[in-house]
Amino acid sequence: MKLNKILLMGNPNVGKSAIFSRLTGAKVSISNYPGTTVEFTQGCMKVGEERPMIIDVPGTYNLNPTCKAEEVAIRMLKDGDLVINVVDATNLERNLFLTLQLLEKKMPVVIALNMWDEVKHKGIHIDINELEKKLGVPVVYTCGLTGEGIKRMIERVKEAKVQPTQMSSDIQKWEKIGEIITDVQRLTHHHHTLLEKLEDLSIKPLSGLPIALAIVYIAFWIIRFLGENLIGYVFEPLFEKLWLPLMMKTSVFLGRSGILHNILIGNLVDGAIDFGQSFGLLTTGLFVPVAMVLPYIFSFYLVLGLLEDFGYLPRLAVLVDNFMHHLGLHGYAIIPFILGLGCNVPGALATRILEERREKFIAATLMALAVPCMAQIAMIIGLVGQRGAQYVFIIFSTLFIVFIIKGLILNKILKGISPEILVEIPPYRIPQPQAVIKKLGMRLSAFLKEALPLVLLGVLLVNILYSLKIMEFFVNIFSPILTGLWGIPKEAIFALIIGFFRKDVAVGMLGPLNLTSKQLVIGSTVLAIYFPCIATYVVLLRELGVMDMIKATMIMLFVALIVGTGLNLIL
Amino acid sequence: MIIDLTQMQPNQSGILHKIHGGTGFMGRLQSMGIRPGKRISKVSSHFWRGPQTVEIDNLQIAIGYGMAKKIFVEVSK
Repeated sequence: MKLNKILLMGNPNVGKSAIFSRLTGAKVSISNYPGTTVEFTQGCMKVGEERPMIIDVPGTYNLNPTCKAEEVAIRMLKDGDLVINVVDATNLERNLFLTLQLLEKKMPVVIALNMWDEVKHKGIHIDINELEKKLGVPVVYTCGLTGEGIKRMIERVKEAKVQPTQMSSDIQKWEKIGEIITDVQRLTHHHHTLLEKLEDLSIKPLSGLPIALAIVYIAFWIIRFLGENLIGYVFEPLFEKLWLPLMMKTSVFLGRSGILHNILIGNLVDGAIDFGQSFGLLTTGLFVPVAMVLPYIFSFYLVLGLLEDFGYLPRLAVLVDNFMHHLGLHGYAIIPFILGLGCNVPGALATRILEERREKFIAATLMALAVPCMAQIAMIIGLVGQRGAQYVFIIFSTLFIVFIIKGLILNKILKGISPEILVEIPPYRIPQPQAVIKKLGMRLSAFLKEALPLVLLGVLLVNILYSLKIMEFFVNIFSPILTGLWGIPKEAIFALIIGFFRKDVAVGMLGPLNLTSKQLVIGSTVLAIYFPCIATYVVLLRELGVMDMIKATMIMLFVALIVGTGLNLIL
Repeated sequence: MIIDLTQMQPNQSGILHKIHGGTGFMGRLQSMGIRPGKRISKVSSHFWRGPQTVEIDNLQIAIGYGMAKKIFVEVSK
């Protein structure tokens, strides 16, 4: 048999991605919560002389899909030649249901009994040889995080062949699983570990809610502390001491004016370069993404990575479930929002873990509207924070209020009910430093590769826009809204236009406009609400479809209009 | 005595007796390991008809209140 496509399949959160990463060396996101992988990822592996493609399929409990991520999984099955069925060895019984379904689909299967390292201290004993005999397929124990057993698994891929099985009902399958389990698995008593006690405490409401508040508070405190200090002690000095002199020389070399000077260095403020206001490619274009945004991206993803790998997020989801129901969502929708705080693009993709179309629509529009990404947050803290913390507070509380009101309204007017939460809560696991660092590195390099070019393009566009005559026309058309309703200078329309590309650059553009603190607050809030950046928009368009996206766009523009005007009246 | 999941007290355990609901719902619960005959214990229940967390085999699962109402458990008095 020739192997072209191998599928990695299994229940959610059993470690498919960890094994995938071991097999291919590819960089994929691995966390400790169900639904980390919502899209399939493919790579190449080596089996003897062959180099088949291997696909990391989103987790699924059975072959009847209940959400988009599972649909993706089941569609993949048709094209596969072989399935590596990743099984959580600590939950053998439940995992075998999918295994039997796969065997009935006449797929050659190899079983990877993953998380083998956890089996021993959970007091579980599994007779692998017996399991192999019962199922008639190769069974190998593995540990995706350390790589144990992976080599032996690859060696045995060739032994997998289609099993002669009869179709059976669900009940028959469970009976069969019951027989298998009695023969191959033995449980011995084990003492509750400290982590398990902590698991219980953080899921009980009386202790769980204070713990959640503390964790969220500490998380944001660390993010701010790290971000601020990285900027203050590392990045700003680097730019001021090393890059500024070089840029000043370049400025003189270019004759301190002219088109090329304006594009590369930008405008001189009082005869000097101002990294925040000059708006040249080499000055503001580098300073904004590297010195203002990157430190916050770093600290956010470091903290997020630790929480993800520890397994805290599903617990938070359960604790906020009640509250989220008022917004037409269930608790697990907090996952897209948390990811969206880093960058709205992965957040938008993560809405796939939600079951209903209505839920996805609410979650996606709420995120686009009221969940600013870390790049934008960093700029708001950097720029508005200079005027005083209270202004930053006004912006974020406005967004939070918008989030709640819009959720309440959509929940009322959209037909249908919000489905209930049904999610497994993984055990706490101590995050492994290498894994955390690797994931952080992936996210940082994704930011530099994807965001940096767009930031530079945005800054270039700023320069071009300012020099175009047609823009005066635009400025005048929108001035009734900007000056009339929102009370900000009509030139701020440039920031709104650039906001389509990058929100961080757009917020930065408010800097040189000499706004009052009130105007700065209104400008930043409107920028957060009126439209997601183009990258997010494209993903949302794909996820929601054209019609829903038109609706979503109308909502965003409408809310921006109302909130901007409201703030102008109240403040 | 047979009660539904929401009526169980934290730390109480019993044998799952019956699940009411459509095949889709049953299938979804079953494939997560929630099915009749299994020993199930309650971990916590959240305020205001919030989700119920249970432990089945080695795994904790959070179940919405309405769903939990349809899951019946045989507990010893």
